[in-house]
Parts: sequence; structure tokens; C-alpha cells
Amino acid sequence: MTRSATGCSAAGAGALPLQSGKSRTRMVETLSLLLGACLILAAVLLVAPQARAQSTSDVLVAFTTDKFPDTERALNEIATSGLPTAPQIVEALTNNRLWFNGPARKLYFTNEAGAVFDAATGAPAPDVLTSGLKHVRLNNAVRRSLDAARGALTLMSSDPARRLAAAESVFKSRDASALPLVEAALARETIEANRKSLEEARAAIVASDSGAPEARRLESVEILKNRGDQDAVGILSTIANWSEGRVKAAAESASGTIQARLALWRNVQNIWYGLSLGSVLLLAAIGLAITFGVMGIINMAHGEMVMLGAYTTFMVQEWARNAHPGLVNYSLFIAIPLAFLLTAAVGILIERLVIRFLYGRPLETLLATFGISLILQQAVRTIFGANNREVSAPPFMSGSFDFGSLSIGWGRMWIIVFAIAVFFALQFVLRATSFGLRMRAVTQNRRMASSMGIDTNRIDAMAFGLGSGIAGMAGVALSQIDNVSPNLGQSYIIDSFMVVVFGGVGNLWGTLVGALTLGIANKFLEPIAGAVLGKILLLVFIILFIQKRPRGLFALKGRAVEA
Amino acid sequence: MQSTLPLAGLLDRRGLIFLGVLASAALLMPVLALLIPANSAFAIPPYLVALFGKYLCYALLAVALDLVWGYCGILSLGHGAFFALGGYAMGMYLMRQIGTRGVYANPVLPDFMVFLNMKELPITWWGFQSFPYAMLMVLLVPGVLAFCFGWLAFRSRVTGVYLSIITQAMTYALLLAFFRNDMGFGGNNGLTDFKDILGFNIQSPATRVALFCASAVALGAGYLISRAVVTSKFGKVVIAIRDGESRTRFLGYRVETYKLFVFTLSAMMAGVAGALYVPQVGIINPGEFAPTNSIEAVIWVAVGGRGTLVGAALGAIIVNWGKTFFTGALPEYWLFALGALFVLVTLFMPKGVIGTLDQLKARRATAKATAERNAAQAGE
Amino acid sequence: MMTMDQPSVTTSLLYLDGVSVTFDGYKALRGLSLTLAPGEMRAIIGPNGAGKTTMMDVITGKTRPDEGDVLFAGAHDLTKLDEATIAELGIGRKFQKPTVFECHTVDDNVLLALKAPRSAFATLFGKPAPGMRQRIDQILEITRLKDHRFRMAADLSHGQKQWLEIGMLLAQDPKLLLVDEPVAGMTDAETAQTAELLREIAIDHSVVVVEHDMTFVRDLGVKVTVLHEGSVLAEGPLDVVSADPRVIEVYLGR
Repeated sequence: MTRSATGCSAAGAGALPLQSGKSRTRMVETLSLLLGACLILAAVLLVAPQARAQSTSDVLVAFTTDKFPDTERALNEIATSGLPTAPQIVEALTNNRLWFNGPARKLYFTNEAGAVFDAATGAPAPDVLTSGLKHVRLNNAVRRSLDAARGALTLMSSDPARRLAAAESVFKSRDASALPLVEAALARETIEANRKSLEEARAAIVASDSGAPEARRLESVEILKNRGDQDAVGILSTIANWSEGRVKAAAESASGTIQARLALWRNVQNIWYGLSLGSVLLLAAIGLAITFGVMGIINMAHGEMVMLGAYTTFMVQEWARNAHPGLVNYSLFIAIPLAFLLTAAVGILIERLVIRFLYGRPLETLLATFGISLILQQAVRTIFGANNREVSAPPFMSGSFDFGSLSIGWGRMWIIVFAIAVFFALQFVLRATSFGLRMRAVTQNRRMASSMGIDTNRIDAMAFGLGSGIAGMAGVALSQIDNVSPNLGQSYIIDSFMVVVFGGVGNLWGTLVGALTLGIANKFLEPIAGAVLGKILLLVFIILFIQKRPRGLFALKGRAVEA
Repeated sequence: MQSTLPLAGLLDRRGLIFLGVLASAALLMPVLALLIPANSAFAIPPYLVALFGKYLCYALLAVALDLVWGYCGILSLGHGAFFALGGYAMGMYLMRQIGTRGVYANPVLPDFMVFLNMKELPITWWGFQSFPYAMLMVLLVPGVLAFCFGWLAFRSRVTGVYLSIITQAMTYALLLAFFRNDMGFGGNNGLTDFKDILGFNIQSPATRVALFCASAVALGAGYLISRAVVTSKFGKVVIAIRDGESRTRFLGYRVETYKLFVFTLSAMMAGVAGALYVPQVGIINPGEFAPTNSIEAVIWVAVGGRGTLVGAALGAIIVNWGKTFFTGALPEYWLFALGALFVLVTLFMPKGVIGTLDQLKARRATAKATAERNAAQAGE
Repeated sequence: MMTMDQPSVTTSLLYLDGVSVTFDGYKALRGLSLTLAPGEMRAIIGPNGAGKTTMMDVITGKTRPDEGDVLFAGAHDLTKLDEATIAELGIGRKFQKPTVFECHTVDDNVLLALKAPRSAFATLFGKPAPGMRQRIDQILEITRLKDHRFRMAADLSHGQKQWLEIGMLLAQDPKLLLVDEPVAGMTDAETAQTAELLREIAIDHSVVVVEHDMTFVRDLGVKVTVLHEGSVLAEGPLDVVSADPRVIEVYLGR
């Protein structure tokens, strides 16, 4: 308790420079008041244990004298008074809804609707009219005490989460006046995370206090260093600026250590975001890697296949919501195969009706499929409207977990997993199934494959269906992170082509590496150049890259390419 | 015999008809739009003058595109970028002409710069108060971009679909760039609220008619230049490159130089088209860079018939007339119609309107010849 | 005899030494060495995949060798030059598959090949050289295409296209002609005529002919080089070469 007394007097001293910063004229006016307040405060605090023990009614009465020093005193005590209505009183005062009846020495507060309550018990007082009451008034000094009281009340709150938040806010404010409260809270706190936060708050105050013993300050600097975030760096550099000797050196070195670690985590975070973007690019591009990369068909309607997949997800979810609410959380699992089948069917239809007449004429294929993309977009716009459709995330896709200093969203996480799974499933289909074998045979030597009894037309249609179906599955995943609108596909088509061309045509691994490289490069460029400029730089880079290596990162060489 | 009469090769019957129609349009427009009373059945209201003028600009863009695609086999999906750059150069001139009549009445800075708290004119805007300088930029900016882009692309032998994709990426990158406010070209909103051009009120019917005539002249000139290029020996080389690039190389022609020349020339023509387009529609914004616009221009050429020049111009006018009609009468169905056009033309009319007509004519001629031969044989 | 055949960098028109080309691990050429004297005509034979076409690609600059020297007229390093420059140095090539410009008339095909300045400026603004028409007429006469001069090349028969391509080669007037399978798909009569034509051409040009047709090679009556798996297996007159047991083994199989 003695320590709390010195702490409070330090608060009085600390208040001066703060106020002088705000308004000098007012400071002069309130100086006398403050001096008085400090004296009374010191006197009260010296007898604080007894005062607290006396009764809570004392605190309430102090509010009713209509004198600022009394109000301040009341506020300083209310947090530790154990008064059950303390939070309401402080809240009411903050919102100017605390009233008193001077002659009766009674305190009341009103709620937002204007109903009157007895502040001592919290019971409604319907007979009391506010017309007969006076507001408890505030001045700057009182407001400071009010803030401290609010902080203290939350530090002592029964809700652990609120206590943690209060500790954090003390840490950020480094308000020396809160030190005794922090100490008091620390003495009562049992939850480890909250204790740690309180200790850090104490360390922040002590380390900043040039009057504290050097050993304690160094110890505090160490605690701040262990905290290791941007806030700690801020405090440490302030300390380094305002201190000398060993404390300064320790603060500087701690700040350096933290910054190095933060830079490392920033890179880890960039890589993570990059992987996340890369997985999205991979999903969008991987179907294209089949149709364009392997079959050589320029499918400008590829993005619309993604869009159709996303709308399938929307439809499945709507159906589940209306017909089987229990299935809503699992609708994604229904949507994945359904989207695959639907878009594969659309793809096969397009191949049979249009593309097969255009083999060997890539530029015409490009134009025809662009036409198809316009038709599909408009069709979806006509059916579903031009507005975005809501696809909600199931519980396992929402929320996040911490990895070091990194917060990893489950949604992003599962999309990466899904992209990789699709990639390997596709590799499996191409490498280990008879369809894959026949497809590779057709793409390598159509006439030879045909003369060996492979129905090349069928393989063409199925391969195109496969590429489109994968785009549809990508749409299911993208519906989780992007707006489901008729324009969804358009935003991916150029990126997808860039990925496939960059990675190297005819090479699925190239697509994987291309997508992840571009994703990560994008996220590293973003903080430096900004999102838009970063994207432009990347496009320019790819344009230049293609000119250097026209066949991409992992190019096939040899005479086969020329044919 | 071709070599003795160079002009005979330059203008065929179709070309003469085309230029004739253009010339009469340019001569009739002032009469119909300005001289005869507005309530006459033949009178053309000012908004139609601007609309037809817009079509002519699109036609010039199509001719430029046909030069690279129809004759040189370069399917550029980024020609809209050159069009838009020419448009921006003109827009910048028009912005500087506003002067103190802007909302902020700043004599030097256009309104959006004042709004963005810019203190002085960016270096990119210097000189644009001068019309000749702006016109030079209309040609130079698209030309230089096309030259640099083409120099890199053609030298490293990026061809076919790859080239198409990177031209698309180019216009997409420009789209993103021009959306940025700090590029200093008006960001999202682009350049608009133009007041006058060369001292004439841009809204007045007479100015509109003059712009229409200028567009007609530009289209005619663009056609003649393109025609001169493709009928020369140079043009034969260009067609040879289209049909057998590496064969042409083995004959000793430096393919990249030829492509570069055609690409740059075409980009400059597209720039001129854009420059004439902007004062007639009254605005230029980054939307003009959208890849979709460039692809739409390709379909104009395909509809009219690529490798025919006149067909390209015709296709631009037909498709855009259709667009005006559809977006007015059945807005829901325009994209269906346009999409179907893409599919049907590539499937059933790969040579376009003009090409199909030629084919029919040729078929009829052969049929006639065979019939005559058969008759002669029967006579023997 | 052997000393006469010693490869000499300066006196040979074409000099290949130790040329290797690899495509994705497949060795198309391995240490190929070959020299051709000015005015010589040479036939190159070999089974499929022996590297004949790749050799042509290397000489004309289409493919860059991984190692080895390729010199033309003793002075020009062909591995450093591009196709157009090599063609302008005077190396003409006829492809295996007839590649003529299908959308041009026969006349224009020859015109494009005709020896004349190749720069874009010259073709755009240049005046046609005097004597150009006569030269085209002459070539069309030789290749028997005079009656077809205004037909589109696409409308010609296969044999006519082969001849047009040879005519284009003549129009280029190169120092060295590389002719890849000139008689593929021709009738016997056409084959004999082609052999005659090539012999005429060889009077004032150096020629390398790649061919499968043994009768045709015999008709040419020139020195033969046999390629196998990317290098020279045997070289000499056809009779000598075809008696070589290694050549027989390669052709008849093990």
C-alpha cells in the first residue's frame, strides 16, 4: 500500500506536463485546484486502508458535494471500493448521466432511456425526477481520474478478456498513474496470459520511468524485448531517446533485436500471403494448363467456367438452406463434384459445338471462345442478376489460428490445401490413368495415336471437359474469397494465362511454380510499390520475361515444339 | 504490267467505291446537318453526326488492326491501348484549352489536378496547350510504345497466341496504370468537360460536322496508306511473313524489321483514330484500355473480312451500328448478339463479309468457266 | 586422294567441324564434321533421325549448335548469324515439305525470292531493277511454270510446288543450295527431270542434296555422305559407300 501512495503522487506530478501540453491558460486556473487535490489525495491515501474499510457510502457521498476535489477522490477510490454499482456509476459519469441530490446526499444515475436508478443499490428509483437533481460536473482533473477509474475498473473486472484488454491499453498508454492498479491487479490475477500482459504493462511503465532504479528498468527492458512486437519497438525507441547509459544501450539493442525478428516475420507473412495468392492463381490456372498448355486450345471462356463453378456453390448452398438446413455447413463438399460435373459438361458441349471445328487455328479459337465467354456472362447476369451473390463460409473455413506472430486464416489455409490436392489429383489422372495416357498420346502425336485405335475426338472432348471441370472446382474455392458475380471469371483470365505462359506451356509443374512465384512476388512487391503498381510491375516483368524466354520457365525444347 | 502503273495496283474497284462513299459522306454531311432546315426529312441531328463520326474512328482503328492482323498475321489484342493513348493525347490538349473556365478556374492546372492538390503541371503535360505538339504526341506516343514493345517481342520471336496474350497484358497493365490518380491523367474519371478545339466550341453542330469530315479524311488517308503498303513489294513480303514466317527468313528478309514497321505504323493510325474519337464523344477514361475493347475491335475486322481493309472498315461500322441498335432497343441481348457474332463468324464466315463475297464471285466465275468449257467440248 | 579431301578452313565453301546439337537430352548431332568445296555437289543420305534436317537447320541458323564450328566461305561463322543474314550471304534452302507462299501468285513467289535488296526500306520505296522481269521469265521457263504464273501457289500440284521452290532457290542465286528431299512425292518422270535440273544448277552453284531415293542419288552421280546417329558414317562415291559393311548394317538393320 505504501507503494501505491508513492505511485499516486507520481501521478499528480505526471499530470502537470501532460496538461501543460494541452492548454496553458487553463492550467493556471486549475493549478490551485490541483494542488489542493494533491494534498487531499495524499492525505486520503495515507489513511486509505481505513477509508476503504469504512464504507462504500463515503464514496457515494463524496460525489454529492459538488466539489471537484471530492469527485476526484471518489473516483480514485471507487475502483477498489468493491461497490457493486461502481461500473455503472463510472459509465454514467462518462456519459454525463450521474446525478445527485445535494441536501439528501443521495446519488442517482439514469440509463439511456432516462429512467432513474439509485446509485448505491442499482435499484430503480421511479419516484425520483431528474428535474430535482443536479449533474455531477466534470473538469479536466476529474476527467483524468475518471479515465483512470475506468481503466482500473476494467483491470479488476470479472471478465478475463476485459482485464486483458485493459492491461493492453495500460501497456500502450504507459500511464504511470496506473502502476499501483497494475500491481494490485497482478497480485490478484491468476490467468497466465493476463499476468504476462500485466507484467508487460508494468515493464512499460517502469522502463519509461527515469526515476526508477536502473536494475529494475533493465529488467523491464528485457520483458519488453521478449514481448517483441511493433508497440514494444515504439516504447523502446522512446526510452532510448530519453535515457542514458546502460538503459539506453539496452533499449537500443532490444529494439534492434525485435526489429530484426519482426522483419523476419514480415517476410514469413509475405510468403504466406504469397502462397495464399499463389494457390488462388494455381486454382484458376490449372485447368487452363490442360486446355491451353497441353491441348493448345486458347479458351478465353475459362474464367467463365470458374464463374459457373462459383454459382454452382451458391445454388447448392441456397438449396441446402431451404431444403436441408443441416447440410448448409457441408454444402461445399456437395458443390465440388457438382461444379466439376456441370462445368465439365459445359466444356464438352463447347468443344463439340465450336472448338473442334477450329483445331489448328488458335487465333480463331481465341475469338470464338471469347464470344462464348460473353454469352455465358450475359446468361448468368440474366438468370441471377448483376449483383454479387452471397456464399457463406462454413465454420471450418472461418476463424484463424496463430503461428508465431502470424495469424493464419482457416479459409486461406484450406484453399491452399485444396489447390495442392487438385494439382496432385490432376497429375495422377495424367500420369497413372489410361485416360491420361491416351490424352498424352494424342497431344504428342495425334495421327499416331489415332492409328493405334485411340478415339482422338473423344479424348479431345474429355480433355477439354477435364480442364473445364477443374476450373469449375476452382470456382467453388474462389466463391469463398471473392465476390460471386458474373464478372468473376474476367478478373482471373489474364492472370491465369500469365501463370501458364510464365510457367511454361505443356508443363504442369511449371504452372505450379509459376503460380506460387507470381503470388509470392506480388506480395513482396505490394508493400514496396503498392497493390496496383505491384501488379503492373509484375505484368511488365512477365511481358519482358516472355520475350526473353518465349516458351516460359520450363520450356519444352526440340523439334516437337515447332510442329 | 503491275510495275508500269503503280496507281492501278493501289486502287482497285472496291477501293474506289469505298473512297467515293467516304468523300460523298464528307461532302453531304455539312449540307444535311447544317444547311437544310432541322425539320426536313433529310436533316441529320447533331447527335447522329457525332455517332457517325465515332463509327468512322472505329473504322480507322479496324483498318489499322487489319493491317497487322489481316496482312502480317499479328493478332494484336492490345490495339485499344494505342487508340486510347492517341485519345489521351488529344484529351490533354482539350483539357489545357479549358483554362480558367474550369470549376477551379485555374489557368494552368486542369480541375482534377487542383482537386488532387497538385501544385504544378506534371512534365508529361508540358506543351499540350499547343495543338501541333499534341498532334505530334498523338502519333508519337502510340508509335513509340508499339516500337519498343514490338522491338522486344519480334526480336525474340514471340509469335501467334503468345504475342496476342502479351499484347492483352500490355493494355491491361496500362488500364491499371491509368486508373491510378498519381499517374496524373485524371485517374478513374479520365479527362472530360472539354470546351473547345482550336477555338471552336466542341458542342456546336458546325464543329461536329468538321470533326466528322476530319474523321472521314483520316479514314480515307489511313486506307490509302495501308493500301500503298500492302500493294508494294513490302506488302508482298509482309503477306509472305504471315503465311510462312521462317520461310521468309530463309529468303533473307529480316522479318522483325518488317513486322516492327507494320506494327508501329498501325499503332500510329490507331492513335489518330483515338484522337478524333475523343472530341466527338467528349470523354476519355481508362475504360478505353479494357482488354475487351481491343478484342471487340478484332471482331469488327473478322466480320468485315480480314486482309481486305475495306472489309475491316465496313465490319466496324456494321457491328457498331448493331451495338447502337441493340443497346437502345434490347440492352439485355447485346452481349448475346456480340458473343454469337464471335462464334458464328469464326465458324461459318472465317473470311468475313467481303471475303465471302469474293469467294462466291470466284466460285461463280469458275462455274461459268467450267460450263463454257463443257459447252465447248460438247460442241466439238 | 585422301590428302585432297583434308578439310581446309580457307578453301572450302562450307566447313563443319565437331558440331553437336542436343534436344532435351536427345543428341541430334554428335560431332558432325563435313566440308564442301566450292562448286561441289554433294548428296547426303541416312536413315530417319540421322540428323540430316538438323544439319540443315544448323547451317541456315535455325538451330544453334551446342559446340562445334560452322564456317561459310572460310570467313563467316554461321553459328553467330541469324537466318536472314545467312540467307543474304548466299545460302539458299529448299524444305522437305514444299513451302511456297500459298497466298501469292507463282510470279510473286519468284519475285520475292529474286536476288534484290532485302531491307524494308528498299521493298517499300525501291524501284524494280531492270532485267527483273526477264529473270523471272527465265526462271519460270526453267521450272516449266510459265503458264501458271498468275495462279495462286496454293492451287499448284505437289510436283509443281516442288519445282516452284527450286525456282525460288534459283531466283535467290545463292552460292550454296541446300535441297531437302526434292523428289519426295514425285513421279518417276518428274524425278528424272528434277535430277537433270539439279545437275544443270550444279554447274555454277554448290549444292547439298538430302535424299532417300537411291535411284535419284545414283542419277545425280556425285559424292555421297552417309549420316548415322548424328555423325558421318561413310563418304565417297555411291558404289563405294553402298558396299561399306557399316552402311549396309545401318540400312538393313541388325
